[in-house]
Amino acid sequence: MTVLSPDILLIQALNGLASASSLFLVASGLSIIFGVTRVVNFAHGSFYMLGAYLGWSLTHRVMTLGAPGFWGSVLAAALIVGAVGVLVEMLILRRLRRAPELYPLLATFGVVLIVQDVALAIWGPEDLLGPRAPGLTGFVSILASRFPVYELFLIAVGPLLLGGLWLLFRRTRFGLLVRAATQDREMVAALGVDERRLFSSVFFLGSALAGLGGALQLPREAVNLNMDVSVVVEAFVVVVVGGLGSLVGAYVSAVLIGVIQAFGILFLPKITLVLVFLVMGIVLAVRPYGLFGRFGEGEGLRSSVQETVLRPLSATSRAVFTLAVLLIAAMPFFAGDYAMGLIAELLILAVFAASLHFLMGLGGMASFGHAAFFGIGAYGAALAFKGLQWPMAASLVAAPFAAAFAGLVAGWLCVRLSGVYLAMLSLAVAQIAWAASFQWVALTGGDNGLLGVWPPTVFASRSGFLLLTLALTVAALAALRIAAFSPFGYALRAARDAPRRAEASGIDVRAMQWAGFVIAAAFAGIAGGLYAFAKGSVFPTYLAIGKSVDGLIMVLLGGIGSLTGPIIGAFAFGGLEAELMASVAFWRAILGLVILALVLVAPSGIMGLIGTRIVKAAKPAAPA
Amino acid sequence: MSAKVLEVEGLVKRFRGVNAVRGIDLSVHAGEAVALIGPNGAGKTTCFNMIGGQLKPDAGRVRLEGQDVTAMTPRLLWRRGVGRTFQITTAFASMTVRENVQLALNAKAGRLNRVFGRMTVAFGKEADAILARVGMSADAERPCAILAYGDLKRIELAIALAGAPKLLLMDEPTAGMAPGERVQLMALAASLAKRDGIAVLFTEHDMDVVFAHADRIIVLDRGSILAEGPPDKIKADSAVRAVYLGAGLASGVG
Repeated sequence: MTVLSPDILLIQALNGLASASSLFLVASGLSIIFGVTRVVNFAHGSFYMLGAYLGWSLTHRVMTLGAPGFWGSVLAAALIVGAVGVLVEMLILRRLRRAPELYPLLATFGVVLIVQDVALAIWGPEDLLGPRAPGLTGFVSILASRFPVYELFLIAVGPLLLGGLWLLFRRTRFGLLVRAATQDREMVAALGVDERRLFSSVFFLGSALAGLGGALQLPREAVNLNMDVSVVVEAFVVVVVGGLGSLVGAYVSAVLIGVIQAFGILFLPKITLVLVFLVMGIVLAVRPYGLFGRFGEGEGLRSSVQETVLRPLSATSRAVFTLAVLLIAAMPFFAGDYAMGLIAELLILAVFAASLHFLMGLGGMASFGHAAFFGIGAYGAALAFKGLQWPMAASLVAAPFAAAFAGLVAGWLCVRLSGVYLAMLSLAVAQIAWAASFQWVALTGGDNGLLGVWPPTVFASRSGFLLLTLALTVAALAALRIAAFSPFGYALRAARDAPRRAEASGIDVRAMQWAGFVIAAAFAGIAGGLYAFAKGSVFPTYLAIGKSVDGLIMVLLGGIGSLTGPIIGAFAFGGLEAELMASVAFWRAILGLVILALVLVAPSGIMGLIGTRIVKAAKPAAPA
Repeated sequence: MSAKVLEVEGLVKRFRGVNAVRGIDLSVHAGEAVALIGPNGAGKTTCFNMIGGQLKPDAGRVRLEGQDVTAMTPRLLWRRGVGRTFQITTAFASMTVRENVQLALNAKAGRLNRVFGRMTVAFGKEADAILARVGMSADAERPCAILAYGDLKRIELAIALAGAPKLLLMDEPTAGMAPGERVQLMALAASLAKRDGIAVLFTEHDMDVVFAHADRIIVLDRGSILAEGPPDKIKADSAVRAVYLGAGLASGVG
């Protein structure tokens, strides 16, 4: 086997170490920001991408200056990105300091969308090739192979940065405050430390590191618009595997993941995409707080619902719902195919959002990978329909069963964790499922997906399918509502409200959460099955992280404190997205701005906004 | 004398070589309120958490009505009739006061695996009866999240009572309450326990509460039992005075 010659192994190991340094640059910033501010910053990948684009532009301006120009540009890009990070912190996140932790997360999703379109507007959709680093363009001979000097330089960057950060955190007052705040934020605030300055400077440091990581990537790979999400997901994996709050852990896990990826390409090319998440799943299953993590870090990520009492629908709400259902049922008489198709899709999204709400709203388990069950439902239905030649009805029934089975396995892993760790493990599980759908071509058709999943007979028409979808949606939403008010639903909420109290009152917290996970997965599967027939096809994107994020946005946007929230959120977000996509070039930025506006104006979602308005209207003269 | 509900024998717990609890024997009878007191670090909470199933003892036995329940999880202990309140009180904040108690009653009846039917249709009357006993009837419809801390303590007691406990473990039941409220709450717990023959074991810092409501007091010092007996005897015990009570006794007895 020529593949296994020692020099190739060595080269791959070195490649892995170089990637590890890049990963560590991004992950360290993410870890520091989370440690101090408890913000799960999804925009961190956007800062990385921005660093790469800015570096590209700056180096091209000063190409004639040689090495000083290049390194100056890299540094300048990092500093500018740091400043952008401070801006995001001051303008947006600072206002959400008192809001539950999921709302800053939602805001950072908004920032991701905006940065994507800003980058598209400035730098265009084409991949941009970066310059090579002056002075480091050569190769060295390692055994029989040539290895780029720049990669060697990157290998050194990781440990150097780790050492630098160690000195910063151990030897400076700023570092002392950062460490103190990471351990106990309230205490630091109580000691009279200026939280605002601390948070802003932490955001500057973290964002600048991300920008530096992006700019240093220029000589290695082309700059493109998809860098942001892929890198932030990998950085999250690194941070969680290493253990939240531990920089050494982040470096060790960056090396682990960099090297595993490098060798994965060599030995297991068929499952490279899964490999990283498989490692994360195993690490978290064995060490729930990561390699270097401690119990208690990252337990947070609460979703604010704690204090909202669930009430049955009021007479008014009932009337509004009935009216809406009747209106949709009457659509075949007055609406066109496009409108009916759109409404069917929004109904499906409402079921998906409601299932996620069941999990995170009632169960208190924020999932970053709920689309996995939506997608597995879709594939389940499509495979039953096309592969097994089952009738449509049976295929639609197969969908929730497939998803529930996946939920049984995923839930067993996930409910042993909580907070950010649970969220990240659910993401890992989802990414594994996504990678399987992508790489298991024989079963799923890979990137080409499964086509021709069209509903037969009366459901072939838009109106027929809309009515079917409406009936199933109403049934599914009603079932979720009934479950929420059942003894099980209360026990699930009790497990979220006060786990210790619940255990001491005879509630098996883990069993309840596991069951909740499976139910949520099954309902996501119902939505997925319907979606397969609505679109006539199934693609890996149905399981992708973007879909999971859509679900989170819908739930948070609608308001997590009410069962109606996710339905409203699905219609608002899904409808807006569809309309903007069809009519506006920079729809992402607009969507991002709408999300930011809503988060800042109504941190308890649209339903919360409606709620407060109603209360204010009802008690105009109430003293403050 | 009434039956022994709780029996603890030779309970030991070490943390990294430090003997936090070194061989404790104690028992609590039905209808009896026993206070576990001692200076900080005496091993009260460790001892308490071993009995309550939060910690696994390194040696020793815990028996409930003669049955070995050593190192059982809190949920299994609950099933056998151990009710518990916590030092930092929590109730289920997203529910009303009545729903809190109803849920505990549903748990007792083994109904939590039901996905259909409203939780609130079952045990409404029973819940109201328990709320009446703790004096919270008027607040039945209020969300727990907006309750004052003293009321929350009563709800926690009500939740524990809903499990029809034989043994009630109360860790610092009056911590964080105003002085007047403290005696009131403990008087309530003690009278309910007497009436229903519930054995009560509690830890407490407030000596007024301890001397007013404990039938028997066990004083811990550095992981061992220093003294044990009725309040009068403990008050008079010179060893206890020397090690621990001192100022506390002076202000407490007043």
